[in-house]
Amino acid sequence: MRELAAIAAARLATAASRGLRLGGGTTLPGRIALAVAPRIVSTLSHRLPRGVVVVSGTNGKTTTARLLGGILDAAGLAAIHNRAGANLLSGVAAALVEQASVTGQPRGEVGLFEVDEASLPGVVGATRPRVVILLNLFRDQLDRYGEIDLVAEGWRRALAAMPDDGTLVYNVDDPLVADVGREYGGRRLGFGLDDAPRRGDDHRAPEHAADARYCYRCGRPYEFSLVTLGHMGHYRCVACGTRRPVPDVRASGVLLRGADGASATITAGRDVMSISTTLPGLYNVYDATAAVAGALTLGVTGATIERGIAATAPAFGRGERVTVDGRETLFLLAKNPAGFNEVLRTVLLADAAPVLVIAINDLIADGRDISWLWDVDFEMLRGRARAIVVTGLRAADMALRLKYAGVDSAAVTVERDGAAALERARGMLRDGERLYVLPTYTAMLHLRAALTRQGYVRGFWKQ
Amino acid sequence: MDLRLCHLYPDLLNLYGDRGNITTLRQRAQWRGIGVRLVEVRLGEPIDPQAHDLFFIGGGEDRQQRLAAPDLCRVKGAGLREAAEAGAAVLGVCGGYQLLGQYYRPADGPDLEGVGLLDLHTVHPGPGTRRLIGNIVIREASGGVRLVGFENHGGRTYLGPKARPIGTVVAGFGNNGEDGSEGAVWRAVYGTYLHGPLLPKNPWLADRLITLALRRRYGEVTLEPLPDVEEQYAAEVAAARSGAAGRP
Repeated sequence: MRELAAIAAARLATAASRGLRLGGGTTLPGRIALAVAPRIVSTLSHRLPRGVVVVSGTNGKTTTARLLGGILDAAGLAAIHNRAGANLLSGVAAALVEQASVTGQPRGEVGLFEVDEASLPGVVGATRPRVVILLNLFRDQLDRYGEIDLVAEGWRRALAAMPDDGTLVYNVDDPLVADVGREYGGRRLGFGLDDAPRRGDDHRAPEHAADARYCYRCGRPYEFSLVTLGHMGHYRCVACGTRRPVPDVRASGVLLRGADGASATITAGRDVMSISTTLPGLYNVYDATAAVAGALTLGVTGATIERGIAATAPAFGRGERVTVDGRETLFLLAKNPAGFNEVLRTVLLADAAPVLVIAINDLIADGRDISWLWDVDFEMLRGRARAIVVTGLRAADMALRLKYAGVDSAAVTVERDGAAALERARGMLRDGERLYVLPTYTAMLHLRAALTRQGYVRGFWKQ
Repeated sequence: MDLRLCHLYPDLLNLYGDRGNITTLRQRAQWRGIGVRLVEVRLGEPIDPQAHDLFFIGGGEDRQQRLAAPDLCRVKGAGLREAAEAGAAVLGVCGGYQLLGQYYRPADGPDLEGVGLLDLHTVHPGPGTRRLIGNIVIREASGGVRLVGFENHGGRTYLGPKARPIGTVVAGFGNNGEDGSEGAVWRAVYGTYLHGPLLPKNPWLADRLITLALRRRYGEVTLEPLPDVEEQYAAEVAAARSGAAGRP
């Protein structure tokens, strides 16, 4: 009975929060439901006929969950999502209670939850998922998560709570994730990229932002025959023989089409799929490969997977396109060095002399420590960016970073107000040009809210 | 005239945008027409004490710190000590700062021996204790100049009689969160918990290190001033984010 009270209370909170314009109401209902019925996540998720899929990792959680959701849609399987980045246990609880009938029956067949790296142990313990997808582990928000090894330790603990028939889908190209996968005793499915388009710089050296250059077992540097992005790629340790596991689901023939999307061939045993997506950048090829591996685990087949990926639109702020005054504005969320570098490469591939807005906040959800700006290779923009408007709470730090990156100071403008920054940058566009907006998480919410007020986009909770 | 810069463990101790300190030193020398020779020295490689005038060591996580500590003592220790005693400048940040001291006592496991250039030791009070995290502002002990940054450390550092702090904490925690001190100096050896990274928003310290390094090789050197408009603006914003705006 307790869970029915929890559902009713949470519903009321959702309605009140939106009615009072407090925002999306995406976590408060979950916190209330958990307070009324602490085991609500466990109770409701066990009623899902096809179980729960959990997606975690530093970069790509939202997009991977969305791609897998698109595939499940195409397969006619109704999924319950926690959208809008509400990815702690409270967000999972909110999704379950919102999408349950008043009698406590979930209105879906499968739960599809993106989960914060640090929340994985709690969510796996509560949902006992059928599939866990581990994407990557990059340096991100050290002030909040602590050191990257601690997160990996948490993941090992989380996997110990997997049910016997659970499957781990893991990225073999990330040495840290592969180590977690290697130690998992249950069924597992590795995914990775067989090849990647040339980055233009040294193809066998990890980026400055790399986090896992040294073998976890013996401390010697890994040797890379291919670096895809960050510290991910084809690696081996010459000292102890640790090497990239052979993936079960492999992407090859990767083609990046600038800001317009990407395509690849994905092979899994005898299944060969041609994947095409409007999501730009190599990181989204990883996300698509992970989503395919997850879908195969759930029994979905090739043609359905291809349709599902092609039909998936970007999640809000992550490759999302908004037209303002006839100008296309492309939002590319950039919240840590590895992700930011790939976003910069995507922009520079799409545009010879781009106009950008870079929006940097230092709120808790962004990470209060903005040191990571100095691990991003903004030197790429030198001599390339035609104009950069910097905004956000730490716009001053961003302007300073660009100065030391050698970007011409005449190309850089500081505009503290977000809406004014967008307007000013739009004013610099020539005919047919597109504006690239590169925000941290809360800066993205802020800029998008400004466009929502002006009527250009819908509130994120309506997606 | 060349600034001879040595970056220790660039791929191992590179947390928190530490690379930005190197970028800053390099740019500020080059903007003044001073050449820069940068050498990166990794695990297993010794140091030639005559070849470099400014050494930088960044921070790492516990695992990387455990890899670097024995190498710093046994492979590089003698060369680094000889250079420092001959007037070379050294900057250690966060984990690198701890390694410049006598020892680091981790939350579990045996003590890590430090290279002992600074008379200090660091103790991690245990896995359950609070990390010292947040924006930080300090006042330099000698001239009253401000330093801004971000700190994030579990270890508490205590200075011995032969080291003096860089400054006193205006906002934040500093060496140990107890005595109001931050950082340590001995001759031209500087250690601090401030990253952010340290040097871009505190250009006067970058210039002091460059000056000390050039003096070792070329005698009396005076750097021409740079405008530093963006630097000062970013430092103001950082101080305001720490809640220290308007404090003395």
